[in-house]
Amino acid sequence: MGKTLFDKIWDRHVVKTIPGGPSVFYIDKHFIHEVTSPQAFKGLQQRGLQVSRPQQVVATADHNVPTIDQHLPIKEELSRRQVEQLKKNCADFGIELYGLGHPFQGIVHVIGPELGITRPGMTIVCGDSHTSTHGAFGTIAFGIGTSEVEMVLATQCLMQAKPKLMRINVEGSLNKGVFSKDIILYIISQISASGATGYAVEYAGSAIRNLSMEARMTICNMSIEMGARCGMIAPDDTTFAYIKGRKFAPQGEAWQKAEADWRTLYSDADAVFDRELHIRAEDIEPMITYGTNPGMGIGVTGHIPELGEIEEREKPSFEKSLHYMGLNPGEYMKGKKVDYVFIGSCTNSRIEDLRMVASFVKGKKKADHVEVWVVPGSRQVEKQAVDEGINKIFEDAGFFLRQPGCSACLGMNEDKIPAGKYCISTSNRNFEGRQGPGARTMLASPLTAAAAAITGEITDVRELI
Amino acid sequence: MGNSINIVKSRAVPIPIENIDTDQIIPARFLKATTREGFGKNLFRDWRYEDGDEHRPKIDFPLNDITYSGKILIAGKNFGCGSSREHAAWAIKDYGFDVVVSSFFADIFKNNALNNFLLPVLVSDPFLQQLFDEVHKNPAAEIEVSLEDQYIKIAATGATESFDINSYKKTCLLNGYDDIDYLLNMKQEIEAFEEQRV
Ligand code: SF4
Repeated sequence: MGKTLFDKIWDRHVVKTIPGGPSVFYIDKHFIHEVTSPQAFKGLQQRGLQVSRPQQVVATADHNVPTIDQHLPIKEELSRRQVEQLKKNCADFGIELYGLGHPFQGIVHVIGPELGITRPGMTIVCGDSHTSTHGAFGTIAFGIGTSEVEMVLATQCLMQAKPKLMRINVEGSLNKGVFSKDIILYIISQISASGATGYAVEYAGSAIRNLSMEARMTICNMSIEMGARCGMIAPDDTTFAYIKGRKFAPQGEAWQKAEADWRTLYSDADAVFDRELHIRAEDIEPMITYGTNPGMGIGVTGHIPELGEIEEREKPSFEKSLHYMGLNPGEYMKGKKVDYVFIGSCTNSRIEDLRMVASFVKGKKKADHVEVWVVPGSRQVEKQAVDEGINKIFEDAGFFLRQPGCSACLGMNEDKIPAGKYCISTSNRNFEGRQGPGARTMLASPLTAAAAAITGEITDVRELI
Repeated sequence: MGNSINIVKSRAVPIPIENIDTDQIIPARFLKATTREGFGKNLFRDWRYEDGDEHRPKIDFPLNDITYSGKILIAGKNFGCGSSREHAAWAIKDYGFDVVVSSFFADIFKNNALNNFLLPVLVSDPFLQQLFDEVHKNPAAEIEVSLEDQYIKIAATGATESFDINSYKKTCLLNGYDDIDYLLNMKQEIEAFEEQRV
């Protein structure tokens, strides 16, 4: 029987399997950030340990950073302390830090790929659930908790049970106005926010193959929103072309060798998955969420389910969710007023996202009552946007281009959506209070978000392009 | 950690809501500490208090409802989804729970719980419903969980269900070992593995 892509990478990284238990699993690259690492370093100090392989660890500051005036000290004391603690820990333990002010700083899942650190066949972890993003390169990449961060720092290994495997095939061509964000929101709406729990998911099929690397990252990024352990896509020419020439990509002979190996990383024709799903690209329309988990999504022309369509057991959660959102069963989303537009986060803050938004927005103006924030995923994305004149387009449209960070994706730094306000967001989570206490989040693609910025309400972007 | 778990006999606190994500268990704005302690006071912060104001508890939220207490938290399906923040497990443990029962746990949360000697007990949907019904009917109902014998029991009715846990983790929890101890003992094997890969 053939092997899956996941099996091939898994097998290369198992140091030992404990009978009846998990495997000792070797980690190639470990990303860390300021929020989930301090207690891990403290643990090392208490045990009197060093970081086992500091050159395999890369750090950045992203969750807590302000997105204006980054040259000034962080105003909020606890945030500042956390960022300073990271700096100290990295210095003490010999870890490379792309902190505030560094030209490589940015959201951890944006900088890994753009620097060529993320490469096919690797195992990658980070104390952050969206580590699944890196799977777009044909890696096993997943989020871990702080105790596990400590384990990897101390030993470069983790105890891992092998997950079940699921393949999601998306075949066909995408409709006009439909993007990778819509594909993943559609998949999650079909299988629910827990539909892939316990599985590693491989995305395959012609619609996936035809996507750019950045679009693939958006899909893998949100794997965790259906509970998947990780998401991955087999590497191909698109992958190799993206990596080649990047800062830490192998060069010359090393490149040749690496590429030859990467070309062996795919699921064999006779490989068997525990579960397989088939999705027709033609069935997908631009998506919008109406509830408080990412599985509560519908096509932008659709309506919120009626109470009668919801299973008895799920009714209390459904009603609680709509109550929080200030919406009613059966209502249409199209035409709903929007107060804030947030274009950013590790899901959709890369240069392609900004370019797509800019080319749509060029020559248009935002609606008066809407506040629009565009937050690039990294310093490099920000620089590129300026080099390409995208910043001018945003300025003319009344969009506020901020500095890189997680920003309003989570209500942790200064960028919060006020209570009761509606925000259409390109991020990945619409949980209660995610963007700030009481904030009401609707997830969508960058283009659907941009369309709402222009019209001031939930809009079917297909009518504008 | 210097901790271990075996038998927990206690009343339980029911939160019959599905898809409780870690942003609800502990909102992001409370993640700024650099130590593991003290998160319990912000457990379910935004569900527990009006406008996040700790002087205005929402009386109908189970943690504030004095009829409920105990070391066992019972929650709806897909508990702990969302962010990988271990702070969620720390908050639940710090508040005083030793066991969380649900019919479905998110993967990362389950690992985080196990690494903090908080026992995630996975039960069937019907058994979960029985637990909710029993505790709602009689908040003083005693629930018994045995890690050693891998069962959960409603004392009054005798209804019992067994649960799974992998044998390695079970040994760790019963004896107070953690994964780091295990991995540190494997240093040589890990180094040999690194050698052979180059
Ligand atoms: S952008 Fe949002 S989801 Fe991504 S790492 Fe930052 S906080 Fe997490």
